Amino acid sequence: MSKAPPEIISLYTQDSSALTLKWLGKPLKPKEDYRLVRGRGTFVDDIQLPRMAYMAFLRSPYSHARIKRIDVSRAKSMPGVLLVWTGDDIKRRMRPLPQATPPPARNAIDYPLAVDKVRFQGEPVAMVVAESRYIAEDAVNQIDVDYEPLPAVVDAERALEPGAPLVHEEVGTNLIAHVHYKWGDVDYYFQHADLVVEAKFHYHRFTGAPLETNAVVADYDERADVMTIYCNNQAPMEWLPQLSAGLNMPYPKLRVVTRDIGGGFGTKLINYVYMILAALASKELKRPVKYMETRTENLQAAAHNAERTCTVSAAVRKDGTVLALRMRCVDDDGAYSRHEPAGMTVWAQVSTGMYKIRALENDYYAVFTNKCPSTSIRGFSRAPHLFMIERIMDRIARRLGMDPAEIRMKNLVGPEEMPYMTPSGGIYDSGNWPEGLRRALEAADYWGWRKRQEELRRQGRIIGVGVVVGSDSAGPNMAQVKMYNPGLPYTGGTEGALVQMTPDGKVRVILGSSPQGMGHETTAAQVVADVLDVSYDDIYVQTGFDSFSSVYTMHSGTYGSRFAPIGLSAVYLAAARLKEKLAKIAAYLLKCPEGDVVIENGAARCAKDPQRSMELRRIARIAYGNVNELPPGMEPGLYSLAIFRPPFQNPDENRRANLALTYSYNVHVVVVEIDPETGMPKILSYTALEDSGRIVNPLIVDGQVHGAIAHGVAEALYEKYHYDENGNLLNPTFVDYLVPTALEIPDMKVIHMETPSPFTPTGAKGMGEGGGTAVQAVISAVEDALAPLGGELGESHADPETILRILKGAARGKSEV
Amino acid sequence: MSQELRHIRVKVNGQWYEADVEPRMLLVDLLRDVLGFTGVHIGCDTGHCGACTVIMDGRSVKSCMVLAVQADGSEIMTVEGLEKDGQLHPLQEAFWENHALQCGYCTPGQLMSAYFLLSRNPNPSEEEIRKAIEGNLCRCTGYVNIVKAIKAAALKMSSSKAG
Repeated sequence: MSKAPPEIISLYTQDSSALTLKWLGKPLKPKEDYRLVRGRGTFVDDIQLPRMAYMAFLRSPYSHARIKRIDVSRAKSMPGVLLVWTGDDIKRRMRPLPQATPPPARNAIDYPLAVDKVRFQGEPVAMVVAESRYIAEDAVNQIDVDYEPLPAVVDAERALEPGAPLVHEEVGTNLIAHVHYKWGDVDYYFQHADLVVEAKFHYHRFTGAPLETNAVVADYDERADVMTIYCNNQAPMEWLPQLSAGLNMPYPKLRVVTRDIGGGFGTKLINYVYMILAALASKELKRPVKYMETRTENLQAAAHNAERTCTVSAAVRKDGTVLALRMRCVDDDGAYSRHEPAGMTVWAQVSTGMYKIRALENDYYAVFTNKCPSTSIRGFSRAPHLFMIERIMDRIARRLGMDPAEIRMKNLVGPEEMPYMTPSGGIYDSGNWPEGLRRALEAADYWGWRKRQEELRRQGRIIGVGVVVGSDSAGPNMAQVKMYNPGLPYTGGTEGALVQMTPDGKVRVILGSSPQGMGHETTAAQVVADVLDVSYDDIYVQTGFDSFSSVYTMHSGTYGSRFAPIGLSAVYLAAARLKEKLAKIAAYLLKCPEGDVVIENGAARCAKDPQRSMELRRIARIAYGNVNELPPGMEPGLYSLAIFRPPFQNPDENRRANLALTYSYNVHVVVVEIDPETGMPKILSYTALEDSGRIVNPLIVDGQVHGAIAHGVAEALYEKYHYDENGNLLNPTFVDYLVPTALEIPDMKVIHMETPSPFTPTGAKGMGEGGGTAVQAVISAVEDALAPLGGELGESHADPETILRILKGAARGKSEV
Repeated sequence: MSQELRHIRVKVNGQWYEADVEPRMLLVDLLRDVLGFTGVHIGCDTGHCGACTVIMDGRSVKSCMVLAVQADGSEIMTVEGLEKDGQLHPLQEAFWENHALQCGYCTPGQLMSAYFLLSRNPNPSEEEIRKAIEGNLCRCTGYVNIVKAIKAAALKMSSSKAG
């Protein structure tokens, strides 16, 4: 649309005056890595408590079936078995899980163990708790269940057809939610376009597959009536209502703890179902209960991404200007709404990508199917949104005979329009996308590759070049859920932090986040070091989250690339407030006007008289112990707590709102060659430009870029779930769900631009999910390779079979001529 | 079903341990749950992920693919055995320097596979490194910094030997 109005810009702009820029941007060795290279992390499965018992599940072999009878008698009588529960036992002990969906979908009844009916393959049907994991698994095999199989619904579009099997009878339809917005005069642009380009695309089903599966240890302390849950949930406080309802305990009695987490990628948001079951069992047995999911359970039944099928239409001028977009999409959210349909509206504003598109129509449906429930896998929501626009840009370019890089350059928002407001009210904070595209093309030798591509094609080789511009929108405004359910009392996006200078002058930091390898201990320490100008080595950041000591809100956690824009902003604010207090005390002690106090190199000094100075640790000692020396009336101690609140607002009557605080962007250029015999693409060159605002630690930023590329390449070429028509998942193990090894992931060149965000005090933007750019870039390259043969890819996954079909089709076409 | 326990002896990181184990117990469970070497991680149930890689009698093995009774009398080295006198092994140093990890869950397995590689081939090429860690999945790093770190460690170890 256009540059954001000045009053919005000033509302969002943050003060960053406490930064010294001495510690930000340095490749400091990550604090977490020291324990992890020694194998001394504490993951949930490493926790051993006295009298601990072990939980295991019997899972449904059917995707949709009525449970006629469960016989647990043999399992119960086995030595070492402590407890066997079915859905009925759970139903007696807890209310159903709260639903965030609008009516009638909210009538769905969701229990962590199936009640009466199973709705996806792998759904837990019964649980055993036993003296050892071996015994628990033995006992699971002794449970007999009579099922009456029901017809399954596995295709999202068919799920909406009349007469389709119902996943939840009490809902009366498979529709979870429907949203339809028009932003700008879409009809006008479609009437006045030179051409309309339309295509249908499918964003496929995969998962994050963190190397550590879901795990929990629940430990009920009967004396204190406190339930401690050690877990690897990415956002435990987001699920407080679910836990509290499930356990019927008030929040102050629920202690939720995370320590080291072995990757998450969005899959560890909805593991609260395990947390509740382990906790209920612990309360029953008055013993700690551990559960460690197996890999097969994880891949089959933990959390997939929502599939999306879209028909995308673009109104285009002959010169390549894209005027408006129409999207009609159906999301396949699986059997329960445990996190979705959020992805339908979350970051809907990036539907127009990085382009000056004037109007947008979104018509989205989310449906239940008999598949694994879905959640926010890395790149969540923006990846499928951006996939659609990037794929249609390639199709438009081909129709107009333009180069894919040229059509992007023509439509990109320019730096003079920043901060830029999208048709749906999103505010892209900063950046220079055309310059980013230019630099990426140059670094990748794009035009050189185009020439070589022609030469190599003449030699019969199948070479493709893909170029994609993407966004890693970050730091979500939860009010986006109001777009599908206006009644939800969940808005904004906040995070807390505590920065304390201890009496010895060292600094202790406690975060509200629960990271899974993103280096929060490192970057938080760098921000604190930068603001207070004390040594990085003197800063101690607590590992993980603990609801009994961390400063939290109900947004707290690590998802949505939110730590850099929101978490670090809270750290900055807490450190800046501590610095103010230190300056006040120093002014009094040094008899120096407050405005003249400089805090530097671990000391406070008076600018006018550098002789008058004092080490911070002396001030700290005074603040806690020698308090009669403090300024009269000043509260002792050096605790500083902050909760950062971006100035987010709810969607207006036209459902316009800014849904993220920062918008990192990236440009990926990929060259692939396809093996004509096997149909397998090989990546010949991979270049990524990343601008995530001010870089706090380049080691961590580069690591995140590498990881996002690896996931994207995997999704595009290797990882795809295959369900058959009966809802059987055909590849639920690492044998057939193809996680790439070091031999498949290509070497990659990463370059940077660094445009600080005006909307965060540190200037850093959220990054790391990559916005699915790698998926789009690889698919773009593969399609570019196949285009001269008349092949187009309708999906975000290009497997050799599909490619071979296109190659064979082309060969047949030729022989016919 | 539980069977008669077997008495076994294993030497882990230089020290002998004895235990009575069920014949079906996996070596990884012995190491983690009985002997407390929790640096050995479990990431899958099919032997694909490599998080549980240890050195057994000089060879790298996936300890979830070995029964504890098969290890009777064996000498095993886990990630906890890499450090000497409080000094990190050059591989651990290089992993830290190069940020060759994020969540750290696959790291012990990567380190042990790299250790085995360098014990056989002190100057591996990039391709040889990638081949050597093929059995160790990493979901965080895209392997970029792992490969870099192993190269750096190889260089450091061979130059310190030469010096």
